[in-house]
Amino acid sequence: MVKIFGEFNDKELKSREFIKLIFSPSSVPLQQRWRNNSLSADFLADYLMTLFHQDENDPKRLEKQIEIKDTISYIANELLENAMKFNDDSSPYPISIQLHLYDDRLSLCISNSIPAAKVAQFQSFINKLLSTEPQDFYIQQIETAEKDGSISSGLGLLTIIDDYGAKLGWKFENLQLLNEPNYPLYYIKNQMKWLNFWFRVRKWFVARSKNPNITIVTTMVQLAI
Amino acid sequence: MKKIINKKYSVIYDDTTNTIICSGVMRLNGKTEYEPILQLFKQIVQQEPSQITLNLQQLETINSYGISMLGQFISSLERKKTIKLLLQGNKNISWQQKWINNFQRLMPALQFEWI
Repeated sequence: MVKIFGEFNDKELKSREFIKLIFSPSSVPLQQRWRNNSLSADFLADYLMTLFHQDENDPKRLEKQIEIKDTISYIANELLENAMKFNDDSSPYPISIQLHLYDDRLSLCISNSIPAAKVAQFQSFINKLLSTEPQDFYIQQIETAEKDGSISSGLGLLTIIDDYGAKLGWKFENLQLLNEPNYPLYYIKNQMKWLNFWFRVRKWFVARSKNPNITIVTTMVQLAI
Repeated sequence: MKKIINKKYSVIYDDTTNTIICSGVMRLNGKTEYEPILQLFKQIVQQEPSQITLNLQQLETINSYGISMLGQFISSLERKKTIKLLLQGNKNISWQQKWINNFQRLMPALQFEWI
């Protein structure tokens, strides 16, 4: 079952230039991996710069390129932070982020698994985000966070729309882990280390017994350049 | 002088001039990691200086958690009404240009200067 929100079109993901990073499900705690978000975001942004035509005699163009680099670093970092934070760690599916460059625009796409119990909550947040005036939403988020004694989440997606004028879209895909054929076999083929293999198989069985439904959410950000 | 210094970022409060200087790259993991900075801000507000200067000129990068934390700090000053805030920004840092309007929305009397 597939559900789409906002402006999402993955048929458009065919571009001449693209890069994709894949993060395997990990046993390392999120806290220790957090630094990786910033590193990966900066890497994507730096990599993008190498795809642009550079002309040192054109300072305006250079300024624009640096602005795009900062934008991609910010957006990719927010997307990775969200994906890592909300990822369902019992899912065997990896988190992936891809950056596509077109003549007139860029797109960033990130996929992660979320627990079935969180799907409705996230979808209602998306509906609110798409229907509320960004400035009002921003003030609301800050005030709610203050009241709860928390630090607002959801502000990342809001800043991507409001500050960078990006279009956002989401795809929710419900996958049945039980119906995945030969999942342990896939790991036998792909995992060289036996310890790691047993860890994965155990994880798969635990995931299967707890929650046979996995939802993969893909967030797509499109930006005019 | 109070300091929170990390490899990537620093927050320094100079109590002789009531100036908070934030610099570096702040991409911390949510509430837990921002808590020491929030606590420092709260302590400064409790001392009730007549004006606070928030210098962000060297704060190159921030994540949305960090923006939320700064927003909460500014909004707490707005509620207090007794403390003026001068925000010193850097117009070459794009997130600051984008965020100044939202900060001003939280605190209409916010003063700011660019370098």
